[in-house]
Order: sequence, then structure tokens, then C-alpha cells
Amino acid sequence: MEQKHHHSEEFHERHERIWFMFIPPLVWAIHLLACYLTAAIWCAKYSSSTHSFMTVRVAIGIYTLLALAVIVFFCWSGYRRYRHLSEVLASDDDTPLDRYRFLGLATFLLSALSAVATLFVAAVALFIGNCD
Amino acid sequence: MDSEPANLISEQDRNSAEQRRQSAERLLKAWETPRGWRYWSAVNNSEVGMWYTVASFCFFLFGGVLALLMRIQLAVPGNTFLTADQYNQIFTMHGSVMMFLFAVPIFEAFSIMVLPEMLGARDLPFPRLSAYGFYSFVIGGIFVCGSLFFDAAPKGGWFMYPPLTSSFQDDIGADIWLLGLTFIEIASIAAAIELIVGVLKCRPPGMRINLIPLYCWYILVVAGMILFAFPPLIAGDILLEMERAFDWPFFDPQRGGDPLLWQHLFWIFGHPEVYIVFLPSVALMAMMVPTFAKTPMVGYSWVVLSAVGTGFLSFGLWVHHMFTTGLPGISIGIFSAASQAVAIPTGVQLFCFLATLTAGNVKRSVCLHFIFAGMATFIIGGLTGVMVAVAPFDFQAHDTFFIVGHLHYVLIGGTIFPIMAGFYYFFPLVKGKQLSERIGRIVFWLVLIGFNITFFPMHITGLLGMPRRVFTYPANMGFDTLNLISSLGSMLLAAGFLLFLYDVVRPRTKQPLSERNPWQAGTLEWLAQMPDLPWGVRTIPIIESRYPLWEQPNFMRDVDEGRFYLADAAEGKRETIVSSVIDAEPMQCLRVGGPTFLTFFAALFTGGFFIFATYHWWLAASLSGLIALGVILTWVWTGTAEIPEKEIKDVGLGLSLPLYVSGPNAVGWWAMFITMTADITAFVSLVFGYFFYWTIHEDFPPQPLQGPGVFWPVTGLVLLLIAYGLTLLSRYWNRSGYVRAFYLSLSLAAVVSLTGTLALLAGPWLTELDPTTHVYPAIIWVLTGWTALHVILGVIMQLYCLARRAAGKMTDRWDADIMNVSLYWHFLALTVVMTVGVIAGFPSVS
Repeated sequence: MEQKHHHSEEFHERHERIWFMFIPPLVWAIHLLACYLTAAIWCAKYSSSTHSFMTVRVAIGIYTLLALAVIVFFCWSGYRRYRHLSEVLASDDDTPLDRYRFLGLATFLLSALSAVATLFVAAVALFIGNCD
Repeated sequence: MDSEPANLISEQDRNSAEQRRQSAERLLKAWETPRGWRYWSAVNNSEVGMWYTVASFCFFLFGGVLALLMRIQLAVPGNTFLTADQYNQIFTMHGSVMMFLFAVPIFEAFSIMVLPEMLGARDLPFPRLSAYGFYSFVIGGIFVCGSLFFDAAPKGGWFMYPPLTSSFQDDIGADIWLLGLTFIEIASIAAAIELIVGVLKCRPPGMRINLIPLYCWYILVVAGMILFAFPPLIAGDILLEMERAFDWPFFDPQRGGDPLLWQHLFWIFGHPEVYIVFLPSVALMAMMVPTFAKTPMVGYSWVVLSAVGTGFLSFGLWVHHMFTTGLPGISIGIFSAASQAVAIPTGVQLFCFLATLTAGNVKRSVCLHFIFAGMATFIIGGLTGVMVAVAPFDFQAHDTFFIVGHLHYVLIGGTIFPIMAGFYYFFPLVKGKQLSERIGRIVFWLVLIGFNITFFPMHITGLLGMPRRVFTYPANMGFDTLNLISSLGSMLLAAGFLLFLYDVVRPRTKQPLSERNPWQAGTLEWLAQMPDLPWGVRTIPIIESRYPLWEQPNFMRDVDEGRFYLADAAEGKRETIVSSVIDAEPMQCLRVGGPTFLTFFAALFTGGFFIFATYHWWLAASLSGLIALGVILTWVWTGTAEIPEKEIKDVGLGLSLPLYVSGPNAVGWWAMFITMTADITAFVSLVFGYFFYWTIHEDFPPQPLQGPGVFWPVTGLVLLLIAYGLTLLSRYWNRSGYVRAFYLSLSLAAVVSLTGTLALLAGPWLTELDPTTHVYPAIIWVLTGWTALHVILGVIMQLYCLARRAAGKMTDRWDADIMNVSLYWHFLALTVVMTVGVIAGFPSVS
């Protein structure tokens, strides 16, 4: 109870941005769409020309690095929030601190999932080298 | 809540049992369900939720009978029980009914019924919207199903692929599907709005975002998915119906169209749809598992990760339904990879459930039988799903009975078994009495064995090469015995459901009432009395834990004695608490609508619009649409943003809350925001169509450019942006008390809006773009027409605000109407900018 009041201002909900936790999966979605659209448009418009498919692979590589940079940032900040001021793993008490840590953990887990899913998609460009 | 301990009881309060009795009476009076024929004017979530559940269950039974007819037909080779045409109608209706009239609605129905109870709220924020959604669903559902009895049902498969449905089926069936189901999709979006605002804004004080029941997380995710998944289908429906009714060639390759666009739009809806029906069932499991394990869920945060992660990833899978359409290998690979990735979050939640059951002290019950069966069956279906996500295997299995086997393992295992468990679990909440455990065990084994005998052989039939959607097959191809086994199994499965149905409807006069909280669960819905009372909850509690009934001392007693918030209805109004999104700090005492027939008539005439349009009775359709608009305006005028008799109200425990809130903290503002998110998603899907055509054609827009030119679209844009600015100014002037300036700017905005619309339409009109000649003029007209219709709606809203102000129902202090209308205009301005950017800007740069 004491801890609850102690942190109530620092962790007030007006400082909280719940949609932060949705950014990593959103980045995954944007990455997927970017890879797909680049490949689909390239294959529809330029596959018969002399351009090399390597362009698509490099583009996917760049998208992946950018996406991972954002996701890793959120992963790290989520993890920091989760371990903030506490070594306890659970976050199921009725305190602003627990809510703060819970959202940190949720962001961390979603970032990890998004990173894996992004790498899954990116791996395709390693194995497939043409439009066939 | 930081300040109030849960069982704070004042001395005065302790001595006033009589006062408490009186307040309970007043509360009951305010929430009383109408009697006699007026019963059908009820809008209370418990009533509407129950009707909704019963209706969708009836559609389930109907879809089940259709399945049996198919199994009878396929039992032996060369059977003549059904003709090919009848079989086509029946398999189309089976799929469509199960997906659109059962799987999605039952989750909405059930959520409308129990969500307020889970949240300790009196009702959802827009009870009349729920009733409107329900009536729309029933009218649309009966219309679509009824067509089967007139030999007029759709027969293009539940995914209605053109060109089969655009060029080769002249009968009315496909129109019934397109218009009837679009109508129902609108009802689904209405329910999604209700549920999102319910979960985010109607939580009891103290129920922070880390304490909400897992069911609510899933509902939030699924309702959010509906907002992004259904609009692309609505966009596709519009395009296909325009082709069928007016010969606009969106899917006709000879005039520049492409049937693949439909497949994209359909599956951008269709794949998330699988998760839209699956996740709510997982949500049910997430509520039941801790109860039967008698311990809190292991890995709450991990389950949240699963819900949100699956929701997102499910949107990246749609192309895996199109692996055999000749896409480039890299596209296939990308979606194959995403399809594998979705198995991760899907698996995580199942591990959490198993861990919880292992950690707890499990209590035997039919519910748990169904949960285990559901998990096992779903895992089998999930694994065959991973198999078909591997493209080379999919090339072999595509369109065979293997897929039929796979999808039924996923949908029956993932959706129906948990729903059966949910029936056993929640039945006492609705009827005050339990279903029979003894009959339940027989039902369980009949259903489980019948299901596996029916669907397991289909994998083999499919691998042997039997295609889906054939009304019969020749003997001695290796299909005979397997099909006969499937058909016999389906009879066993049907027997199980029949017995279940008997248990649900059998008279229960002699059966004693169930004890309260019969499963000793820990969540708020089990505060319900047996039988339940219409007020939702006696008093809106303060929450300090995920399982308040287990962990908060004297909780049930304090609720029963009305010791928390809003224990009374002094003014005789229906009220509930609106709270903040993250920490559920109380923000408003919201008055919600009471019984009315307006919602029924609104649905009836909205339905009339769609149904008459199916038959191309344009005059009747327009009239019906206009009456629907009139009824909806009456409903909004009389039932929303009412100016309260006082600014604030004492809701108990020393807390006073405002009765009227406008702007971003108001539930109406949220509803508008969510509606417009769905709306703009549909619009973006149409824009996607434009760029899809650009991708597949060498010259798109075709050269030399016919229209719509730059001048008229840009003139329209400028005028509409001026109208937008004037609308925002009028909002400001209204709040600042400059009444004349308000009237002037908003009237001017309406006039400029209409002029802008005319200018926008003048582009394609004056350049004589004929939408039947080629897909380019057709897509230009669709984008322009969509925007024009939205501006007209925007003008109606402007006029509405002028009338509200003139009638004294909107003032500088009570300005919710103009706040919501300006929010609509934010989205409208974005639509206009995108439309003009695409139709006038893109041809200049491409």
C-alpha cells in the first residue's frame, strides 16, 4: 500500500502510452507489406527487363534492418520498464507500478515475437533469387 | 483506486438496511425489462445478448442440417439424392451460414451478454446499437437463408469467386449473398464498436489494464480485427455488386478487370476471419481454465502476447489461400513464412492453459472435457495448417478434401468445442439452472467420436485426389468407403448435437436453481444471482485483483449490500460508470438508452434498402433507405447527448462524476472514431484496387488519358477543404459562445460541401468517363462516388448540428454533437485528399 502511494505520480496514466506496445507488431506488418509490394511490383513491372533481382533482395535487406532497429529499441525499452524498481516477476497487483511493468513486459514480448516474425519473412529473400 | 479500501462501510450505512432495500427497488425499476409485447423493445444487454445467442445458435443448427444433406449425398458414389445445382446451393449456404451467421455473431452475442457482467458494469455504452445490430442480423440472416427454400440461394461457394459469380451466374443468388451479407457485416461492425468501447471505457474503478479478465483482451483484439478485416470485404462486395448490377467491369479481364482482385480483398478479410472466430473461443477457455484449475492463469502477460500477436500476424497470411494462382515464388515465400510464424503465438496460449491445469487442482467436468478435446483437435488442425502453409504441399492439397478436413479440425476444434464448453459453463448465468452433467458426458463422447469419424477420413480422401465442391463421384476411385465412413460419422455427430439441443431446451420446472457461482470462479460475472436480475450488477465495485471473488475479502457481501458505486437510481435513469482507458479512473456517470422500438424499425428499413436492392427495385430501396435514415436520426435526436438536469452526480463513496462529457473523453466520440477507422479501411481497400490495376497493366491509367482531368477534382478538393475548415471553426465558435458566427459558418460549410461534391463529380462526368467500357473509368467513378456519398452524410450531420443548436439541445457547454461531427470531418477530409490525390494526382506523376 505504501509503495502504491509512493509511486502514484511518477507512474500516473497520463504519462502512459498504451499504443506503444502495438508498434513492434505494426512494424512487422509494414515490413511484410513493404517486402511483398516491392517483390510483387518488381516482378510485375521489371522482371522481363535487364534489372537484376538483387535489387529486390537488397531492398528487403534494408527494410529488415530498419524494422529490426525499431523493434529492438522497443524490446529493450519494454524490458527496462518491466524490470524497473522490482525483481519480482509477477505484475498482478493493483498499483500503477505493476501496470507500468505489465505494459513493459507486454511490449517486450510483442517485440520479441515481431522480431522473429520479421526474420522469418526476411529469410525468404535469402533463399529465393528470382520471380519464378 | 488508491484511496478507498474495498469494504469501507460507514456507520450510517450500516444502520440503513431499509434505505438499501429502497435503493435496490429504485434500481430494479430503472432496469426493469418491459413486459408483454413491449418485451421486444428491450435493449438491455442480457435480453439482446440472449436473443442474439439463440438466433445464431438456430443458424448453426440450420447450417448443420445443410451439412448432413451434403453427407447423405456423398455417402455413396453416383448418388441422386441432390442435384448438382441443389448441392452447389447447399455447400455455399453451409459455409456462409456457419461463418457469417454463426461463428462471428455467436461471439458478439455472447460478449454483449456477459461482457458488462465481467466488467462489473450495468450495461454496454450503446445498448440501442446492440439491439439495432441484433435485428439487422436476424433480418439479414433470414433473408439469406430463406433464399434456399425458393431455389434462389447463392451457389458460388462461400468465397464467391468471380468470374463464376460475375459472368456465369445470372440468377439472383450471388446478389443475395453480396447484399444480404454486407448488411450483416455492418451489424458485426456495430457490435465491434460496442465491445471495444465497452472494454476500454466501461471498466469498474480500479480495474487497471493489467487486471482485466483475459476474455476482455481477446475481445478487444478480435473487435479490432473486425474493424480492419470486414471493410475490405465490404469494398469487394461493392465492386462485385456494381459489376453484376451495372456491368462495371472490375473483374472482367476483357475490359481491364481482374478476378484476382476479388481474391485479395476476400482473403484479406477471410484469413483474419478464421482468427476472428477462433480467438473468442480461446477467450472462453481462458476464463474456464483457471476456474477448473482453481488457480489464477499461469502467464497472464504471455496470454496477452498471444492474443495481440495472433491478431496482428493473422493479417499477414491472406495470400496463402492464393498459392495456386500463379504468383511469383518470392510472394508465396513471404506469406508462407508469415503462416509459419503465426503458429508461435497460437501455441504460446495453449501452453499457458496446460501449465495452469498442471499447476492447479483440476476439477472434473463436461466443460473441461470439451476444453481438452478442443485443444487436441485444434492442434491437429493447426499442424495440418502448417503443412498447407508449405507451398509445395499446398499445390497438391489445394481444393481437395484434405482442406475440408483441415479447416473443420481448426474450426470445430478451435471454435465449436470451446463454445460447447462455454454453454455448459455459462448456462446457469443465463437460465439460473445447470445443464445436465450426465447427459453432457454422453453428448461429449458422441460429438468427439462422431467428429473424428467424419473429418479424419477426409484427409485421406483428399490425398487420394477427391476434389472439394463436387456433388458426386464415380465408384471405384478409392473414395467410396472413406466417404461412407465420413457420412456415418456425421450422423453420430448430429446425434450428439441433437442430444445437446434437448438438454438446452428441455423443461426445467422441477430442477432446482443452481447455487450462486456454481463453479467457484473468481471473476466478476459470477456475482450474478440465480436467476440473474436485469441491473447487471447490484453496485459497481472497486477492483483490486484479477480474481476479485477469490482474492478480495467480503467482496460478494459488499456488492450485494450495495456498498460500492451507483447503488441507487435516484432519478430513475439507467446509469453506468465510464472510466479511463489505462487505470480505469472513474470519469463519467453515463446515462444509457432504455427500451425502444426505434432500433427495430431502423434495422427493418435498413434491411429493406439491401433486400429491395437485391431485386433491383431501386425506388423501393431508396424509399426504405430514406425511412431508415429518418428513423436513425429520430433515435439519435431523442436518445443521445441529452442535456442532464445537473452537471455532476454523487455516485457514492464520496465520489461525484459529470453526467455529460464531450470530445475525446466521451464514449460517443470513441464510437465515431472507431466507425470511421473501419470506414476509411474500406476506402483504402478501394484505393488498393486502383493500384492493383496499375500493377497488372502496362498502361494504367490508359493513355491517352480520358479523364477526370485535374481542374475539377482539385476545385472539389479546395472547396471541400474550405468546408472542413468552416466546420472546425463552427465548433470553436459554438464553444466560445459566438452563436451567429456558428450558424453562419456551419450553414456556409454545408453549402460549400455540396458545391465541392458537384465539382468532384464534374471531373468524370464532363470528361465523359463511361464506367462500363473499361475498369479505369469504373474505379474512378467508385472512388468519386464513395467520397460524394460521404460528403452528403457529412452535410446531413452539419444540418443536424444546426437543428440541435436551434432546438436548444446543443449549447456552448453541451457540445458533444458538433465535437463528434468535426471528428467525422477529419476523416472525410482525409478521404477527399486521398481521392483527389489518386484520381487527379497519380495520372500526372505515373
